[in-house]
Amino acid sequence: MEQTIHSMPRIGDLAPQFEIATTHGTLRLEDYKGSWLILFSHPADFTPVCTTEFMAFANLYDEFKKRNTELLGLSIDSVYSHIAWVRNIEEKMGVKIKFPVIADLNKEVASLYGMMMPGESKTETSRAVFVIDPDQKIRAIIYYPLATGRNMDEILRLIDALQTHDKYKVATPANWRPGDDVIVPPPNTQEMAEQRVKEKYEIKDWYFAKKKL
Amino acid sequence: MACVNPDGTLIPSAVTILNALKTAHTAEDLAQIVQQPLFKIRSGLRNMAEAKLVELKDDKYIITDLGLQKLK
Repeated sequence: MEQTIHSMPRIGDLAPQFEIATTHGTLRLEDYKGSWLILFSHPADFTPVCTTEFMAFANLYDEFKKRNTELLGLSIDSVYSHIAWVRNIEEKMGVKIKFPVIADLNKEVASLYGMMMPGESKTETSRAVFVIDPDQKIRAIIYYPLATGRNMDEILRLIDALQTHDKYKVATPANWRPGDDVIVPPPNTQEMAEQRVKEKYEIKDWYFAKKKL
Repeated sequence: MACVNPDGTLIPSAVTILNALKTAHTAEDLAQIVQQPLFKIRSGLRNMAEAKLVELKDDKYIITDLGLQKLK
């Protein structure tokens, strides 16, 4: 039986470049160099779960901007459909969508990024999120199925965690929030382990140390 | 970012950018001056350069004679 293999970029890969029509004109991925970018797909315009997701992203738009983070949506719909939908959201829900939305009618970007889940739908993109850093490297990937809306607070928390990691070279524990203690990387040598227990960290054991930022 | 309407007139954001480019600026400086996201400025400048409304000189963009005519 013939089987099609859909490849997708992985965390740590450079994000695949594209040039594509959007609600803000033709954009290239390289236009976002220097900013963090959340590239996300939704199944279709004028559908209820996607509408709630767009409103949730729009409500956090200023928070993302404070973190030098841009939003870029995508679905397999035309620019005209996108324009009608974002205007509808503003008219009916009172929420302005300030970020661009890719019109990926040829599934060009969706295929490039592995946003299609053929086992779930052959015509719609899944709820994919690609977090791309200012050097255009993929730093995180999230997938949700068609029937489940995403948690935008978690996406914002993810940006905070990634930026904290980059700035302070620390890791963040489960359910971490900005202001919480962070994890100090485990020591790599016996000498570093012995030194670690003398330092002013909150130390549970030689491999498990937290600190305040 | 498309900069010209089907009837040949400039869209409002293109007018703002062209007015700012009466003095030469980098894309980064221009984004600060017109308070627009950098990705939109880069896209808009590419579009306007293709339409010969702006040109790139020494890493800075400046309005062309055609761009000045369009502003009138």
